[in-house]
Amino acid sequence: MPENASIAISDQLTEKIGQHGVETYPHECCGALLGHDSGGVNPDSLREVLGLHPLVNRRDDSPRNRFSVTAEDVRDAERAAQQQGLEVIGWYHSHPDHPARPSDYDREHAWPWYSYIIVSVNGGVAQDMTSWRLKDDRQEFSPEAIEVRRHTAA
Amino acid sequence: MAVKVIIPTPLRAYAGKRHSAEFKAATVGEALGHLTTQFSELRKHLFTDDGKLRSFVNVYVNDEDIRYLAKENTPTKDGDTISIIPSIAGGCDPLHSSRCCF
Repeated sequence: MPENASIAISDQLTEKIGQHGVETYPHECCGALLGHDSGGVNPDSLREVLGLHPLVNRRDDSPRNRFSVTAEDVRDAERAAQQQGLEVIGWYHSHPDHPARPSDYDREHAWPWYSYIIVSVNGGVAQDMTSWRLKDDRQEFSPEAIEVRRHTAA
Repeated sequence: MAVKVIIPTPLRAYAGKRHSAEFKAATVGEALGHLTTQFSELRKHLFTDDGKLRSFVNVYVNDEDIRYLAKENTPTKDGDTISIIPSIAGGCDPLHSSRCCF
C-alpha cells in the first residue's frame, strides 16, 4: 500500500455511514464502499468513495460486536458497483460503544488493499470515524487519512 | 486449454496486477498451488500458516462452492473457471475494548 494513504469521501456519504450505525445500534452495521482507485502505488494516486452499498449484518449470533458479509453479499456489492461504473474499494462497519479502532478480530479477518472505515456509535450517537488498510505482512493495520469533501448537488 | 483462476481485486497487487491466471491442474488444490508458487506473496493471504485455506477465502468452480464439493480435492477439467471470492468479517471485541492491533 502507498505511504500516507488517504481516502476521499463526501460529507453526505460519511453522514450516511453514521446514520446506518445509528439505525442498527446497538448492533454493528456494515456495507461496501464503492468508488475508484487510480492505482494506489504513486503518491498522487487517489482513492475516492462515490457510493455506498449497505448490507445486512449476517452475524445473528453476536451482532453487537461482530459483523459478517457473505461471499454472495460481496458478489452483490461487486455487481452494484459495476452497474455504476465503479468498483468495491473497501468496507465500512460500526463499533457500538467502542472506539473506532480495529480489533485483533478485524485484523485477523481483513483483506489487503481494501479500505476499512470504522465509525464508533456511542449511546446511539455516531462519533469518530477512521479508515484503515491492512499491511502487506498482515501483522497490523495502517491508519488512512479521510479527506471529507463537501457535497455539492449536480 | 487449462483452468482459469480469477484473482479478486484486493489480491491483484500480489499477482502482477493480473485479473486471472491459467494453469494445467487436475484439482482445485493443484491450481491454487500453482497460483501461489507463481505469485508467492499471495500465499499468506489465502492460506494459514499450517496450509489451510483461510476461513474468509471462498473458492468456487464454475459458481459451485468447493465446500459443497470435495473442497481442495475438487477435480477440475480444461476450461473450468476457479473464482476466489472474499467474505468480510470483523467487529469490536468487548473483552479487549481498549486494545488495538497496533
